[in-house]
Amino acid sequence: MIVRSAIPRKLVDFGVKVISSLAALLGITILAWILYEVIKRGAAALNWSFFIHLPTPPGLTGGGVANAILGTLIITLLATLAGVPTGLLAGIYLAEFGQHSRLGSLVRFTSNVMMGIPSIIVGLFIYTLLVLPKHHFSGYAGSAALAVIMLPIVARTTEDMLRLVPNALRESALALGAPRWKTTLQVVFRAAKTGLITGVLLAIARVSGETAPLLFTALNSPYWPTSLNRPTANLTVTIFNYAMSPYTDWQEIAWGASLLIMSAVLVLTVVARVALKEVKK
Amino acid sequence: MPGIYLFFMVQRVNKKIRPIKNQNIQKKADRVFHWLTALSALLILALMIGIFWELLSNSRLAIQKFGFKFLVSEVWNPVTQEFGAASSIYGTLVSTAIALLLAVPLSLAIAVFLVELAPPAISRLVGYAIELLAAIPSIIFGMWGLFVFAPFMAEHIQPGLSKALGFLPLFQGPPMGIGMLTAGVILALMILPFISAVARDVFRMVPAVVKESAYGLGSTTWEVTRKVTISYGLRGLLGAAFLGLGRAIGETMAVTFVIGNDHTISKSLFSPANSIASTLANEFAEASEPLYLSALVKLGLVLFAITILIQIIAQLWLKKIGQSFGGSL
Repeated sequence: MIVRSAIPRKLVDFGVKVISSLAALLGITILAWILYEVIKRGAAALNWSFFIHLPTPPGLTGGGVANAILGTLIITLLATLAGVPTGLLAGIYLAEFGQHSRLGSLVRFTSNVMMGIPSIIVGLFIYTLLVLPKHHFSGYAGSAALAVIMLPIVARTTEDMLRLVPNALRESALALGAPRWKTTLQVVFRAAKTGLITGVLLAIARVSGETAPLLFTALNSPYWPTSLNRPTANLTVTIFNYAMSPYTDWQEIAWGASLLIMSAVLVLTVVARVALKEVKK
Repeated sequence: MPGIYLFFMVQRVNKKIRPIKNQNIQKKADRVFHWLTALSALLILALMIGIFWELLSNSRLAIQKFGFKFLVSEVWNPVTQEFGAASSIYGTLVSTAIALLLAVPLSLAIAVFLVELAPPAISRLVGYAIELLAAIPSIIFGMWGLFVFAPFMAEHIQPGLSKALGFLPLFQGPPMGIGMLTAGVILALMILPFISAVARDVFRMVPAVVKESAYGLGSTTWEVTRKVTISYGLRGLLGAAFLGLGRAIGETMAVTFVIGNDHTISKSLFSPANSIASTLANEFAEASEPLYLSALVKLGLVLFAITILIQIIAQLWLKKIGQSFGGSL
């Protein structure tokens, strides 16, 4: 019998261990680097007028993005109002009525595929559907694009969360004479409450950082969002426009807006993830 | 006799609790509820078909004018109204290829670290960090890429690359930072968390007994990983790579910030390029002529077709091997 020496094998093993530890370190470094730069440069741009004033032309100090903050809040809120209830209902269908039906599995498959569609394609779709026929950009179109992105996400998380609820609970509610809708909305929903809220939060976090679907739906505007029937100011498109401009004071404001958006998205995500861990326990 | 008596009693009790009329209402409410949920589910199907239909019908002008030549022509000139998608398609494919080439091995290494090497506390911590990286919006990657990472590439990475590998045309030319290579690297960083998360889950599903038997035979950690874990989870890892591919190919904002937006196909990875998504993001709001607009929508249709194909293959594959990985969770 030939006994191979263990030394080269152990050396290779050691090398691989070093490489994979370095890879993990790289991942953390990149995260820290991004957080550091955004916080450092963003914090420098934040001041009182950033939050309460309208944008000013380049060169004039004291400009802010108050209109864009408000616009982003309104657009996201409207998208949530449209996307979440529909997504919840579709999720109920997938989990409660169509588990094994052909329509159910088709819809499940389609939502999985739809979650992978680039968001800019959704923007293009809403443009051809809502902006082109009316000949002007609008905040409504922006909300519609975000709602379309939210719909499959909410539907699939809702389905997954409802599936976690034991069947005995449904059966006992039905046996007590409760109708199906009451069973679902008052018994199953209550049992899955944390999970459902998590899914909704994740969907909101996902769309509130989106830029591509707003580029040619909501566009942007230097004015207050008085009507959603017109181009509506929002933070992410403001970041894009200001960052691409040659003016350093506009670029600074873009960093401030980045810090704002990043903190909002990360806080939402962390809260949702923590809640999700509770559910899975 | 007692049976009939019982029947009447139950009837009476039933009437007391819930009059028949109310029961009918509940039945109707149930039917309405069922239909509402089914309609919402159908809406997802309708949207999917709607997206395809809208893109197809709005690119009719460009399809009639350019046909399939659109896919191979490199000319993109809004002034002369000549449009070809070759440079955008090339840019999309090459930047995605760079991203996968970098992200797949790195993600595997990270997953090995998380599952096989790190103590549980550290593994959890690193896992959180990777999850946070996944949550950072695309536009933040764009800002960081344009103002921080592109200058870093130009100063530190690209000169070194052209010194070491400059005999290849890929790494020739002035190190500007902005360009195809930087876009590919940023894409790699963006899809890294997704691939590592799936790879970690795949590795975790390998039964401990199988690994322990390999260890028992005297294998080192690397040998167990290579011969047991990876071959056991190979199909899941392929699915993970596919999910990463699907994400990278349609990524818009981060790429738009750093790719340079130039409609030429260049041999060098250092030079500015463009991708389908970046062209849409840059030019769409300004396109006023119908043919220009239609060419851009046709570009979107090409991207849609590519991603749909990738997603369908990935989903069928994951379904076949019995794992479900959502796009975002």
